Amino acid sequence: MERLADYIVYNLPFLQQIPRVIVDLIIMLFFATCMLLFWVALFAGITSWVERRVAGRIQSRIGPNRVGPQGFLQWIADGLKCFLKEDFVPAAADKKLFLLAPYIVFAGMFAVFVVVPFGDGLIISNLNIGIFYVLAISSLVVVGILMSGWSSNNKWSLLGGMRSAAQIVSYEIPVSLAILPVILLTGSLGMQDIIRAQGPYPWQWFAFHNPFTFIAFFIFFIGALAEGNRTPFDIPEAESELVAGYNTEYSGMRFVFFFFAEWANLYIIAALTVTLFLGGWNTPAHLYTNLFGLLHRSVDVAGTFVFILKSLFLVFVIIWIRWTLPRLRVDQMMDVCWKYFVPFSFANIVGTIIWMVLADAAPVLGYVRYILFVVGLMVPLAIAMKITRNFRLAKSEIHLNPFI
Amino acid sequence: MNEKNILEKVMAEFPGVAFELIEENTDHPYLVIPAERTAGICRFLRDDPDLRLDALSNLSSVDEGEILTVVYHLFSYEHRHYSVLKVRVPRGAPDVPTVQTVWPGAGWFEREAYDLMGINFMGHNDLRRIMLPDDWVGHPLRKDWVEQEEYHGMGTSRNEPMDVLPLADAPEKEKQSD
Amino acid sequence: MTEFITEEMTLNMGPQHPSTHGVLRFQLTSDGEVIHSVKPDVGYLHRSIEKIAEKVTYHGFMPYTDRVDYVAAMNSNFAWALTVEKLGGYQVPERAEYLRVIAAELNRISSHLIMLGVMAMDIGAVTPFPYFLRERETINDLLEELCGARLTYNYIRIGGVSSDLPDGFRDRALRFLDHFEPIIDEFNRLITYNEIFVNRLANIVIIPREQAIAWALVGPNLRASGVKWDLRKDEPYSIYPQVEFDIPVGKGEVGTVGDCFDRFIVRVDEMRESSKIIRQCLDKMPEGEIQSKLPRQLKPPKGEVYVRSESARGEMGYYLVSNGGLNPERVKIRTGSFSAMAIMEEVSKGIMIADMVALISSLDVIAPEIDR
Repeated sequence: MERLADYIVYNLPFLQQIPRVIVDLIIMLFFATCMLLFWVALFAGITSWVERRVAGRIQSRIGPNRVGPQGFLQWIADGLKCFLKEDFVPAAADKKLFLLAPYIVFAGMFAVFVVVPFGDGLIISNLNIGIFYVLAISSLVVVGILMSGWSSNNKWSLLGGMRSAAQIVSYEIPVSLAILPVILLTGSLGMQDIIRAQGPYPWQWFAFHNPFTFIAFFIFFIGALAEGNRTPFDIPEAESELVAGYNTEYSGMRFVFFFFAEWANLYIIAALTVTLFLGGWNTPAHLYTNLFGLLHRSVDVAGTFVFILKSLFLVFVIIWIRWTLPRLRVDQMMDVCWKYFVPFSFANIVGTIIWMVLADAAPVLGYVRYILFVVGLMVPLAIAMKITRNFRLAKSEIHLNPFI
Repeated sequence: MNEKNILEKVMAEFPGVAFELIEENTDHPYLVIPAERTAGICRFLRDDPDLRLDALSNLSSVDEGEILTVVYHLFSYEHRHYSVLKVRVPRGAPDVPTVQTVWPGAGWFEREAYDLMGINFMGHNDLRRIMLPDDWVGHPLRKDWVEQEEYHGMGTSRNEPMDVLPLADAPEKEKQSD
Repeated sequence: MTEFITEEMTLNMGPQHPSTHGVLRFQLTSDGEVIHSVKPDVGYLHRSIEKIAEKVTYHGFMPYTDRVDYVAAMNSNFAWALTVEKLGGYQVPERAEYLRVIAAELNRISSHLIMLGVMAMDIGAVTPFPYFLRERETINDLLEELCGARLTYNYIRIGGVSSDLPDGFRDRALRFLDHFEPIIDEFNRLITYNEIFVNRLANIVIIPREQAIAWALVGPNLRASGVKWDLRKDEPYSIYPQVEFDIPVGKGEVGTVGDCFDRFIVRVDEMRESSKIIRQCLDKMPEGEIQSKLPRQLKPPKGEVYVRSESARGEMGYYLVSNGGLNPERVKIRTGSFSAMAIMEEVSKGIMIADMVALISSLDVIAPEIDR
């Protein structure tokens, strides 16, 4: 992005009259708006439609199919509806905090997009502290949720806010610790550096690098689900227990902001997992960029495509999990975090360090990644077999056509 | 043990108490017991190894004019037999000792009987209205109960719609023919 | 060091809360997530059905019994018919008995389907609910064919039933059962033995046998506590003695006898038994009358009866006092949900809010049945 700014200033001489800070600011605002309008809003909206359709199919019903072809425009209709609704503030609420909270949640989510890569060179800012920035800035979400829960002056909201804060703060720890092995292997916090450290082929991904990163991958993914308040950790908004949790009292646009953040968060979870563990935008073509000569930009496009495809697949997995599993109880969720995830992720760090030392001494350990790749393949294979078995036992008709 | 034997055993156990064993007009013979002995007799019914009536199957209340009756349908899951007890209390002072201490499940049944029939269960730990609002007047299942005219400014009866609704003028002819 | 003071929080759960199944209200006192005490507040659905009974005729009260328990209205109809028939000594043709049992058992399945689906939803698994309701929809269709109504049937009449089987009902019912019995296994694979689900329910709010009896719990809730007691078997009425079926009891499969999981699994197994009963009834059903000749205005003799029958939520008892006139003198309806609700206050001390939700749905409390 700085490169782009330099390029613009260099080519438009009149901009050189204006102080550089202001030019940067304007350019940044411009790109932030573009990001918001053309990616985050679009993605969150479409994901809401996809989620509802997928949920519909999982639950043997149809889902929204009235607005536009296959109900595709449903999210616009919903957005407009909420936009036109009264922005209601309860009389007893702490008005300032109540009004501010959704924006803080949204800002905490949106700011993460600064370092989410989309392709080789396609990143808003390739901060050298990339992943650390993500961990830091996404904590804003907790503040927002706690604010909304507290200021609503509703006990259910308060409980939801407290649960959420406890949950996010707890799961920050295993998530951060699960990232550390990757950072150790890369030697950098930058997102692009982490991706470049991995290769295009699946066995070169960090998820299969060694047994410890393999475990770290699952800890990170599950922990990220918990941080995003997704089932089975959707305890803060457990509708059968807490009505709607921290956003009970919200209506209209402010309510949309919460859900906006939630759905955009889906993409963040997926994109971070892909970046850290699943090879990012690496494609085999990236190994031979110089062969493409003038066409090397097309490799970037392919990389972007691969990255988004992987992310969308993970988004789908998250949706799938949500509509399959029941919800954990608060204490069980804390048990999972403190009794299993935290010790395991500590062990992972130590294990990775030892592994790195050993791998230097015995290069033969490098072959472990092939074994792990096969093991990794077994996971989706086992799931697929279980599904086929259930289908066979249920003797149910299978409708593969996604359009009804 | 059949139902009559159970009741006879109770009568033998408590000599000098004015029991009344009734077998007519009922599917289960029942024993009318004096109100003040209720708790003791019920405890005996529950604890006696031959009887072991460990569950209060139902507690009903009946308005019989001058007296109000509380009916206890008891059941034993161990011996699988029934027993029915009745307590009759005067309408003016419907005081019955609670059997909540014998069968904890009686608590809500008694609250219901208190709410709807106005029977005062002495010693009950939480004798509040259960179905109706706390400020309701009267006990609706009594035969002489008259509905309040209005409750918190809301009328409890409605006007005959035909009297209230503006009706289109009926044609003259039909009026005459009526 | 300053003392750490926590304050109890009073929470108002209901009447419009997603997990209160109708209109119930609980006043919870909690310390954060842990509940210290629960005060149930019922009566939001009180329609004074018992008072109405004193003003209407015996036949005329039948539609009101639908409203006592609208989720299993057929069983409620059945209980009232049995009561009046016992009081008046009215005979019922044998075919009508079979029709009654078929209808009541179908309704029992549909009632359990709702309970199981809602319970899964309260635990946070939204997906099973439409699957359970899909099956229930078929049952509703069948019952609609039979009597023209989908929820409040008014099908069982004193001395018989209102209509005979429509053409092809038997085949359709058998086809449904052929489809439904494997579906129960599918439900078990879908949700019952899900790791998280089991962990949420096992060993939660254990109601031991003695406590269940003392608090007058009935039906599936009682059986989940390990009491093998089913009125259909142990105190048989109608044609239940002529059909073979088992009584599922709580075995503490994954936890302790009488926990929430047992209350769930007992109902799952009961659906299987009901399906067995319907099959046998469809096979054995004789030809003949469906309604005995009774006067239009019933005048049962003076007297009183207390008749219990097994509804979907357990023992449904009608205590009927007659003065020999056209209207009942007094009708008292004893329902399963009422005592299930009464025990809530006792057993919910020290559990968490999430368990409270599981408890409410595991006891299968239906608000209109409590309030009447």
